[in-house]
Amino acid sequence: MAENVYFEDVNVGDDIPSFTRQTDLMHWNRYAAVNDEFVYIHMDDEAGRAAANEPGAFGMGNLRWAYLLNMLREWVGDEVDVRELGVQFRAINQKNDVLTCVGTITEKIEENGDHLVRLDTNVINQDGVATCPGHAVVALPSRG
Amino acid sequence: MADELTTLVTQEMLDSRDVWSEKVYSRPISLNDIIKWGIAVYWPDDPPRIYWDEEYAKTTKYGGIIAPQDFNPFAWPVPRPPARELPKDPGVGERGMNGGQTDRYGVPMRPGDVISTSSALVDWNERVGSLGLTIFTYTEVRWENQNGELVKSRTSVGIRY
Amino acid sequence: MADEPTTLVTQEMLDSRDVWSEKVYSRPVELNDIIKWAIAVYWPEEPPRIYWDEEYAKTTRYGGIIAPQDFNPFAWPVPRPPARELPKDAGVGERVMNGGQTDTFGVPMRPGDVISQSSALVDWNERVGRLGLTIFSYTENRWENQNGELVKSRISVGVRY
Repeated sequence: MAENVYFEDVNVGDDIPSFTRQTDLMHWNRYAAVNDEFVYIHMDDEAGRAAANEPGAFGMGNLRWAYLLNMLREWVGDEVDVRELGVQFRAINQKNDVLTCVGTITEKIEENGDHLVRLDTNVINQDGVATCPGHAVVALPSRG
Repeated sequence: MADELTTLVTQEMLDSRDVWSEKVYSRPISLNDIIKWGIAVYWPDDPPRIYWDEEYAKTTKYGGIIAPQDFNPFAWPVPRPPARELPKDPGVGERGMNGGQTDRYGVPMRPGDVISTSSALVDWNERVGSLGLTIFTYTEVRWENQNGELVKSRTSVGIRY
Repeated sequence: MADEPTTLVTQEMLDSRDVWSEKVYSRPVELNDIIKWAIAVYWPEEPPRIYWDEEYAKTTRYGGIIAPQDFNPFAWPVPRPPARELPKDAGVGERVMNGGQTDTFGVPMRPGDVISQSSALVDWNERVGRLGLTIFSYTENRWENQNGELVKSRISVGVRY
């Protein structure tokens, strides 16, 4: 099914299903390959340390961004209509971190025939650190 | 501290505000670009069929394969652009941070699309914070497809201090 | 050492000799695949124009952009194939080495091409070397384009001992 969720079925305060990845060089290298994002700090531990990250190489913010969009897609389905996504990058994605994208509905808006929900989003690591606070706006289908 | 700066706003910023850069165009988006992107951002799981299975994609409201919304059609330029150098030993107003970004999405990107990009410095504000005098600059990047439809508008926040 | 094998030739090998596998097809080769490949294998220098500049490539005897001869149109399959596992605690005849390869090239690959591949075990020989009983097996892999023209024939040498 291309859409799993309807506007009438969700409420402010609802958490949406999370999206989780444990990331390491297997993921970062693949992302580098598609986005042409070959930067030593994402490839080489020495370069990571030289950039003041003691554990070494670290993941790219753009991959967390992708995971947030993936979360929204898995929640609504393939016909998801993401209107807006915004983030701040607050903490580093270290090798083998388990990153969990989360979202909570904060607002339901009906305007101009659209049925919009606004969400607070974040990417939480295995230590509970909120690495990437943000928000999203998604248009949902309506039963009405 | 007589020579401490009182503003980080430069004449260049004043001159360039709301001046949109000349459009730059992507190569046409290939299906394989989209498939690879989907594989990379869903690794190690298979990506959703909307990104690689034309038969399935035809049954959705999109009527065909679309690109992930984070897809970058400007990756892998050739000839290669010069590498950007960051200033060494940056002084006041030369230290930078990424202050985050917000995208607003329009129509999806599809195989065959040629995307244009254009950007402008649209706003800024300054304040004295924990890092001293700090300026937050807002740059908007607009992507359009070959039909002039908005694909994405990104506002990036730059922080200098 | 009574149960030491005297040959590493298996019934499966005898049965499959010169039996060509069913053809597997690539997705169509796209210009962007070629450009990215060339950037990667010439890094940090710019790749030759024959791989990215259609105007230039038209003036060559190829009449258009071609792919590097090492280009792999079978990369990035989706759905993803299962990962191959190597045997642990490999015994006699289960230890393997890559014995090298030889390619014979036919026509170049070009944007739009759909490449087929098929392989067969074509030969082997055995001898007792410094690793003990060792078999060298020769596998041929043939790539053809959509016109049935040979793109490449690769003989790979597998070493088992």
